[in-house]
Amino acid sequence: MASLVGSRVERKEDKRFLTGKGRYTSDINIANQTYAIFIRSPHARAKIKKIDTSKALKSSGVVEILTGEHIAQDKIGGLIAGWAIRSEDGSEMKCPANPPLAKDSVNFVGDPVAVVFAETLDEARAAAELVKVDYKVLKAVSNLGEAMNSEAIHDGIDKNLCYDWLLGDRQKTKEAFDKADKIIKLDIVNNRLIPNAMEPRACVIDYNTASEEITCYTTSQNPHLSRLIMSAFGGVAPENKLRVVAPDVGGGFGSKINLYNEEIVCSWASKKIERPIKWVAERTESFLTDTHGRDHITHAELAVTNDGKFLGFKNETIANLGAYARVFGTVTPTYLFGPCATGVYIMPAAYSNVKAVYTNTAPVDAYRGAGRPEATYTIERIVDKAAMELGMDPIEIRMKNFPTEFPFKQTLVHQIDSGDYVAGLNKAKEMADYDGFSTRKKESESKGKLRGIGVTSYFEACGIAPSPVVMMLGCGVGLWESAEVRFNPTGQVTVYTGSHSHGQSHQTTFAQIAADELGVPIENIDVVHGDTDKGTFGMGTYGSRSLTVGGIAIVNACKKIVNKGKRIAAKMLEASPDEVDFKNGEFVVAKSNKKKTIGEVAFASYLPGVRDEVKSPLPEGDEPGLIESSFFDPANFSFPAGSHICEVEIDPETGHVKLDKYTAVDDFGTIVNPLIVEGQVHGGLAQGIGQALYENAQYDDSGQLITASYMDYTMPRADDLPDFNLGFTCTKATTNPLGVKGCGEAGTIAATPTVMNAVINALGGKEISLPATAEKVWKACKEMKKTNAEAA
Amino acid sequence: MKKIVVEVNGKKVSKEIQDHTTLSGLLRDILNLTGTHIGCDTSQCGACVVHVDGKSIKSCTALAADLDGSKITTIEGLASNGKLHPMQEAFKKMHGLQCGFCTPGMVMSAVDLLKNKKNPSDQEIRDWLEGNICRCTGYHNIVAAVKEAASKM
Repeated sequence: MASLVGSRVERKEDKRFLTGKGRYTSDINIANQTYAIFIRSPHARAKIKKIDTSKALKSSGVVEILTGEHIAQDKIGGLIAGWAIRSEDGSEMKCPANPPLAKDSVNFVGDPVAVVFAETLDEARAAAELVKVDYKVLKAVSNLGEAMNSEAIHDGIDKNLCYDWLLGDRQKTKEAFDKADKIIKLDIVNNRLIPNAMEPRACVIDYNTASEEITCYTTSQNPHLSRLIMSAFGGVAPENKLRVVAPDVGGGFGSKINLYNEEIVCSWASKKIERPIKWVAERTESFLTDTHGRDHITHAELAVTNDGKFLGFKNETIANLGAYARVFGTVTPTYLFGPCATGVYIMPAAYSNVKAVYTNTAPVDAYRGAGRPEATYTIERIVDKAAMELGMDPIEIRMKNFPTEFPFKQTLVHQIDSGDYVAGLNKAKEMADYDGFSTRKKESESKGKLRGIGVTSYFEACGIAPSPVVMMLGCGVGLWESAEVRFNPTGQVTVYTGSHSHGQSHQTTFAQIAADELGVPIENIDVVHGDTDKGTFGMGTYGSRSLTVGGIAIVNACKKIVNKGKRIAAKMLEASPDEVDFKNGEFVVAKSNKKKTIGEVAFASYLPGVRDEVKSPLPEGDEPGLIESSFFDPANFSFPAGSHICEVEIDPETGHVKLDKYTAVDDFGTIVNPLIVEGQVHGGLAQGIGQALYENAQYDDSGQLITASYMDYTMPRADDLPDFNLGFTCTKATTNPLGVKGCGEAGTIAATPTVMNAVINALGGKEISLPATAEKVWKACKEMKKTNAEAA
Repeated sequence: MKKIVVEVNGKKVSKEIQDHTTLSGLLRDILNLTGTHIGCDTSQCGACVVHVDGKSIKSCTALAADLDGSKITTIEGLASNGKLHPMQEAFKKMHGLQCGFCTPGMVMSAVDLLKNKKNPSDQEIRDWLEGNICRCTGYHNIVAAVKEAASKM
């Protein structure tokens, strides 16, 4: 049987999606359900003086209206930060309480204060209009740069500062800078983004009055974790009385990691009103209340020699947490950001200092790449600036500072097990026809256009991650992953994973892995995920961890199956287990050439005795059945890397940036399914390009989100993007048996600096802030023209 | 309330609806055809595209009351006799979908494109699909799927 790992297997999940039979949360209806509408703060910062629900309660069809007072009376807990980060001075981070419904104060536009349940959605909407909330409006802290000098938003949190964190060695870095020929300085704003999974968040809750069990269908990347938080911190119900199901989920990108206010409130309320509840966000609610991403202000300095060797790097960043610290909110700008600050380079000394502050904006948390795109953007922009100031080629300066021996101990934290950065950049250079750029530039210039080329080399730390490490760094849980593999007596296999697919294709990739391990046709393997009542507790999907952590748990569970199968087969074939080989789904005794298929062995495992033609006594000490589970905790993160090159053509008359060519060469170790991995890269690139050219979440001074619809927030559309030119190199990960590395975030991490380096190259090195919109580029072109005219 | 009679995926349907019921509301909430998705409510994202009398429209901003007598095709009605439409086959073959949420609208829109233009260029495909947002695929494989379908139809 040919190996399926490495094959372009078409997806098992596609047929249902393509025929309209996907089952997303908003597709679920439960008899007798009520409809929820949340009443949200229209102010960025205010005290709640009074909530009057009397008129609304009399409105047609209203079942119940609940507020923060009710939450407090029932002692329902709030949302939490998942990682405890310490400041440089050793003090603990400061986090405000984040109740599911605000009782005393609201801290961002969209912060929920009350909820209406009614017989129909129209009635819930009408009643919500009648709820009167009396606010005392306070001056909002909406500007990140001024947040530390503004009035404290939360009691007891001075300067709005959650922590002031340091990674690295300030003294050693200073010494390195003292030796520098040149110091390159860069100030950048990493723009705030809104993840915008196409499926708006939703939850449908069913309370069973007989079993007293709450079932919460929800749009989550990690239903087990949501159940844990809702139970342990929310106090909604004990875990055994709480079932969380994340059915088909329409994209996540980090925004569906968090358990949200609505899931806690509706789960708690369903038990209270003894009715099912359905809540579906409108798109503007998603814009306002989904966790946002990025939003850093960074000052960086790179110390270099005249011949382009890097000596040291400083990264001083202010990171926006928004109004509250959420699950990955505090770790995204620290351990997911700081260690990657020095990029793919040998950097003798460095430090990252991050001040994370609260503002009256939506909470900021992990968004595809989470911390690593911000780090990569900073280093790759400053490396390009260094090349320009030193008169070097951007590829030459990168090559000069790459490590060439692996494992490579990176400056700040990571021990990178494998990689070949030189090969990746060389391949990208060739595929992009880098050397032909000057000819293409002349062609563009002859048409009155500007052309620029941009290069980025990146690595990232993903596949989060080893529990001992992450817990030492402050994570509240271990980040292993679970799997269970069940053989049915008649030979089909069900694989349960604790990770979750919301587009990543687990049903196909994981079935490919199990098919290879067990020698069972892929058609006979089903992959189940997303339901806390089906399969073991798992940590979910984020940080490109599904395959590198969850996939390996499946491999290990399959290996246990094969081991037990060997013992059973040995007994059936009258040999000793060490005489039995397993290959292509068959247990074979070499000396007698007798064999049993894994299906026969599975069948025998369920019939542990002798009767008529059945002769399958189990080996002594083995229990009946063929079901095995595994919890895999990797020894390290996985470290994909690569080099991307793109070319842009700018029309100086309009400022329009045409993304003309994009080449991505990535090293993901072993690739299980190239079709799927290419898709992950394409999608990642689109989001990185979106940040570079189009997307920008904008709050005004009063804390109103002025980009809260698709007419105001520019999503990349089909006609904005080119075809992508992808290539791969392969150095296998040494920390897992498949040799795989994560692939989900790479495109997003690399694309933003690649595009911006190209735009700035086209503008002759003129700095421009993210995103490079037509308006900004047009202004820059005008200034360039003026400067050139003055010079002439 | 208004009574309308429409044909949905080849079946005659007669319903009493409210004046403000949208076509997507009729399909999803009344006829339980949940393959048509709502991604934005403002006719920007295109997840709700269906065909009315053979033309693609955004069903979240069409009033059902205006469509009395129309023939409506949704994603559920595209395959015939259990055989996928060539566009559905092409999306599967070229990995033109990931999370699947925008897919029904994307496929319905692409089918209408090929009715208007048999062999569209890459740019024509990208221009046509400008009204359908996908957050997963970066559109690369969607464009490839539409070309693949065009070559098979």
